[in-house]
Amino acid sequence: MRNIWTIAKREYNHYFISPIAYVVAFIILITLGIYFASIIGFYSRQALLSGGAQAPDITPINWLFVFLLVFTTPAITMRSLSDEARTGTLELLLTAPIRDYELVIGKWLGGFLFILSILAVTLIYPIILNSLVTPGIDQQLMMSSYLGVILAAAAFLALGVGISAIFTNQIAAFFSIFGLFFTLWFMMGLFSQLVQGSGAQFFEYLNISGHFTALNSGSFNLTDLVYFISLIALGLFTGTTAVEVRRWR
Amino acid sequence: MIQVNGLTKDYGARRAIDNLTFDAEQGEIVGFLGPNGAGKTTTMRVLTGYMPPTEGTATVAGYDIIEESLEVRKRVGYLPETVPLYNDMTALEYLKFMADLRRIPDAEARAYETLEGVNLKDRANSYIGTFSKGMRQRIGLAQALIHRPEVLILDEPTIGLDPAQVVEIRNVIREIGKDRTVLLSTHILTEAQQICDRVLIINKGKIVTEDTPENLQARLVGAQRVVLRVRGDSDGLTGKISKVKGVHTVDAKPDGSVEFEFGAGEDARPQVAKAVIQAGYDLLEMRPIGMSLEEIFLELTRDNAAGKKAS
Repeated sequence: MRNIWTIAKREYNHYFISPIAYVVAFIILITLGIYFASIIGFYSRQALLSGGAQAPDITPINWLFVFLLVFTTPAITMRSLSDEARTGTLELLLTAPIRDYELVIGKWLGGFLFILSILAVTLIYPIILNSLVTPGIDQQLMMSSYLGVILAAAAFLALGVGISAIFTNQIAAFFSIFGLFFTLWFMMGLFSQLVQGSGAQFFEYLNISGHFTALNSGSFNLTDLVYFISLIALGLFTGTTAVEVRRWR
Repeated sequence: MIQVNGLTKDYGARRAIDNLTFDAEQGEIVGFLGPNGAGKTTTMRVLTGYMPPTEGTATVAGYDIIEESLEVRKRVGYLPETVPLYNDMTALEYLKFMADLRRIPDAEARAYETLEGVNLKDRANSYIGTFSKGMRQRIGLAQALIHRPEVLILDEPTIGLDPAQVVEIRNVIREIGKDRTVLLSTHILTEAQQICDRVLIINKGKIVTEDTPENLQARLVGAQRVVLRVRGDSDGLTGKISKVKGVHTVDAKPDGSVEFEFGAGEDARPQVAKAVIQAGYDLLEMRPIGMSLEEIFLELTRDNAAGKKAS
């Protein structure tokens, strides 16, 4: 556990000196800010015109956050293990007294904490919303929505770190990670409409946006939880295996 | 401290090291000498737990490298050939990170102490990315030393350094080697000669020979070679020298000097000197030339027949 924390701490600190991480944080925060302002504007106009409106909630903001993660987490995780292999520092970590899975989990945790830090900044939105809406926003919906964001972010980062471990070139890692996320987010829903029966069910089960949307609309289901935890486990397992394979060749 | 038994490592169909057997005692500096691609780095990577061997066993500091890899890694300091540094960290941050990975209680104090040991304390807060090659090598060495390991494995520790830095690093290694086991690889023979207690010559994955640097040299020098220089023209000198009893061969060199060889045990130098002076030449210099380690090394690694002759 202490080894994981040592690795995670270094990874987390690394993001604060990495230009890519700043660009990612900037893109996410500016997009969400503009979107939030327009939502507030839209609902207040409605309230003024019709003397009352449906209360806005946080789910569109959180949906956009996760949508942006599809594009930004590949950039954040692409170098996590591939760059260690390229610069030779992987040799340092693999001859240090830590286990391979501790290294991979530490890398994942560092990136996850970085995304959580960005997410923490966006907590200002539900606070503002809560003050604008009477009698306050739906707490249960908000909890479920944030659980969805956290699980999706954890899954994206685990898969990203796992795939990064396979490559030495970070560009190759980026496109592989992005390709996977694109398939899971956009293509699975499409496939499930193209086929019938259990095939459709299968693709629907793999559809990451489906599972997130379920949580983001307040319906907490064990299947969604199992799905995301499976993705996290798969990502970390892939990463650990890839590191072990590196030792053998 | 290090015991290697029948160690073999294949990369696919290529055999990188072939049935290596050797050991190293505590307080011994063992040099691993060989041309590029001989299997030095592979051996070190196996011993440090970076990669498992295909066959064979080894124990380092009393622990099996396969079964107890983590225990071995705790007790070994390793400086890989490409010094593994994070350019975006300061020297102090980097060493503190390594100390944390090694679970050293007061990581920051130890990091400072180690920086002092490699003469980098004044650059503690500079980014490693701004360091010169020599400083990078030293911070790499600091990383290998931070947990005071029982065994130190250094892959080409002086490569790419300027002569002053080479001397400095060699002194550091010699100091460490007093009470710890050091295994270092090099292809610079004078280096092996200067700092190692024992040299293993490795070629094509096999140990060709193993001995102290002095013995290696003595063992291979059967005949004595002497270079001789006179003032002015040395024409006709070779004829005079070759007549002296005991002289086997005489060569006139293009620079005007003359080299001659005589058998061990029959020192022909006084006679040669007399002959030269009687012939009317002004003798300026007469100096024995030992076979250098370079020549021994080439001799041993040229082909396997030479290796067998030597061992």
